[in-house]
Amino acid sequence: MGRKRMVAMLLAGGEGKRLGVLTKDLAKPAVHFGGKYRIIDFTLSNCAHSGIDTIGVLTQYQPLVLNAYLGIGSPWGLDRRDGGMAILPPYVKSKGGMWYKGTANAIYQNMGFIDQYDPDYVLVISGDHIYKMDYDLMLREHEERGADVTIACIEVDWKEASRFGIMHVNEEGAITSFEEKPKVPTSNMASMGVYIFSWPVLQQYLIRDEANRHSGNDFGKDIIPAMLQDGVKLQSYTFNGYWKDVGTLESLWEANMDLLSEQPALDLNDRNWRIYSVNPNRPAHYAAATAEIVDSLVTEGCIVEGLVQRSVLFHGVQVGAGSEIRESVIMPNVKIGKGVRIYKSILGEGAIIGDGVVVGSPNSESVTVIGSDELVTANHSLQEVEHS
Amino acid sequence: MNSSILGVINLIHESDEMESLTASRCLATVPFGARFRLIDFTLSSMVNSGINKVGVFAQTKYRSLMDHLGSGKHWDLHHRQSGLFIMPPVTDDVNEVRRGDLYHFYQHRDFFTRSTHDFVLVTRSHMICNIDFEGVLASHKASGADITVICKEESALFGGRARKVQIDEKGRVTAMQDHFGRMESDLVSMEMYLMRKELLLELVDTSLAQGQDHLVRHAIMSRVDKMRIQCYKYDGYLGVVNTLNSYYQNSMQLLRPDVWKSLFFEPGPIFTKVKDEPPARYAEGAKTSNSIIANGCIIEGTVINSILFRGVHVRKGAVVRNSIVMQNGIIGENSTVNHAILDKDVTVERSRELYGAEASPFIALKRKVI
Repeated sequence: MGRKRMVAMLLAGGEGKRLGVLTKDLAKPAVHFGGKYRIIDFTLSNCAHSGIDTIGVLTQYQPLVLNAYLGIGSPWGLDRRDGGMAILPPYVKSKGGMWYKGTANAIYQNMGFIDQYDPDYVLVISGDHIYKMDYDLMLREHEERGADVTIACIEVDWKEASRFGIMHVNEEGAITSFEEKPKVPTSNMASMGVYIFSWPVLQQYLIRDEANRHSGNDFGKDIIPAMLQDGVKLQSYTFNGYWKDVGTLESLWEANMDLLSEQPALDLNDRNWRIYSVNPNRPAHYAAATAEIVDSLVTEGCIVEGLVQRSVLFHGVQVGAGSEIRESVIMPNVKIGKGVRIYKSILGEGAIIGDGVVVGSPNSESVTVIGSDELVTANHSLQEVEHS
Repeated sequence: MNSSILGVINLIHESDEMESLTASRCLATVPFGARFRLIDFTLSSMVNSGINKVGVFAQTKYRSLMDHLGSGKHWDLHHRQSGLFIMPPVTDDVNEVRRGDLYHFYQHRDFFTRSTHDFVLVTRSHMICNIDFEGVLASHKASGADITVICKEESALFGGRARKVQIDEKGRVTAMQDHFGRMESDLVSMEMYLMRKELLLELVDTSLAQGQDHLVRHAIMSRVDKMRIQCYKYDGYLGVVNTLNSYYQNSMQLLRPDVWKSLFFEPGPIFTKVKDEPPARYAEGAKTSNSIIANGCIIEGTVINSILFRGVHVRKGAVVRNSIVMQNGIIGENSTVNHAILDKDVTVERSRELYGAEASPFIALKRKVI
């Protein structure tokens, strides 16, 4: 197999516990986002636009939907003769096999995959974030600085800083400290979970980390601190664009709402940076004579007869006459009857909302969530509907 | 399971009165229904019926056709042994390009002889429909006919031009006539002919030997008495789109929810080339009514009774009524567009007023700036 300058390893095995019912049957990277995408489309499209043609996608938790979605990577131009996309679930080796114990262990177990391409660099990314980023620019900086490791970072809200890996950086951009999810953050420079490693250095640390029985086998908690301690050259790469971790229901809802401003920070209409996805093959949406749609995203295959305000409608959604959808995210193929009111909610794929139902409330602090394929009828009974 | 039908979409001498819409493209690739091209309907019906080998006989202006169809993968026709075959004319002499379809079938006879399919379905590209051809094959076999022609009982053609067919009480075709003929019949030919592959090749040889080179006009219509030609009645939505008037009127039919729900979904979905446009975005002051809007559109103004293709931008204060705006059209601020067909990449600058009439819509050529 031919050599590759850089191989990407995409961590997509996360369970996404904080997304509740939305990740009951699927991995977090496969959660729907932005009217026609799944979360993982953003990182895969980034790879495509950055000229990366060899990607290992590490899966573990509930991979069926994700596997079917990714296929052989055609929508992202990753069905290539050399390299392309490979889905890498844990597998049995001659000395037995085991689940991925942590992010670093997942890469450790697939060192053989990376070695096939004999790369100079390995890009480690995760399928949990919404952003548009050119990894090639980051690689150039990595090379110019002669770094062993480059970590992309972004300034976050001080309030949120304790959710991330937080680092201190000196004037030259070198990382001087790194702490994963600190209780009392002393900086608001957060790691985006985007790492470029010079492969020989990473390899050495993965082997060492695996030998340490007390390690949690995690990049942020174990590998990076160990490298810092040894004086490995860790460089930061400051990213100024839009980046959002959509790990919680609130942040998933917010990130969807972020797309609705007049000049969205994340421009989906940018012809030079298309977000690729699997196409559902639906006709253009139909807005009926009674429809009123403002400040919203509506995808192909929808039929809208009611009012939609500040909401995101995925493909195949039906909104009956006299219904009102406000500040909500309606995932694919949801059927909303007549005279329904939905406020600040996320409705999972295939949910059915009967006539006259009210979901959520306009002044609610929190987001109301209806799971996939749930049936909600006027007497407010929630009933599970079997998958057909 | 492999289908026993070999699909042929015949674009040779396809009737075309679409004026500037076909100035730089063939009829098959005229954009239709907010994100499709005319050929998508027949091609998707074939694929949904299990047909896995389709030959498209191109004749002229086929750059857009090759661009649209590509390798066929968007219709799942990108296979190892079968799939999609685009066949432009094979000829030494430029004048031969003008000859009839039988001549071109003959030149490409390897396409037929190399395939193992028992039946051939020859269609055109301008019939907007969604049909299960397996059902047609079952009926063809049951009737024992030589040829089955698919027809639709239709009184309103919305200005489309189609052959008329007369049948007897058993459904056998007794007469066929071109659209200008005087024969009275509500039965319209959808120009879809199913027959055994050997019969088609025989018709090719005998007709060419007699100096005739048109499949329907010569080989089939002159043999209505000699061969058993059976009619199969299709009962889904049919739009015959080969004139400008029929293009406009059939497009407007899509605004009927019953047509939208059946034509695009039943019995199977209609496929087209994927464009990766984001969802349509409606701004604060947007107004829409009775319209079909594709992905990638940005609506800041008003859209009424209209069809917007992918990537159309209706700016603030602009009003689009009773119109068709193709891909990447821009309607400038405070402009009004009524009864118009704007081809791809047309820009209407700010404060312009474009008015056509229902019977004669305003037409803007591709890439025009108004």
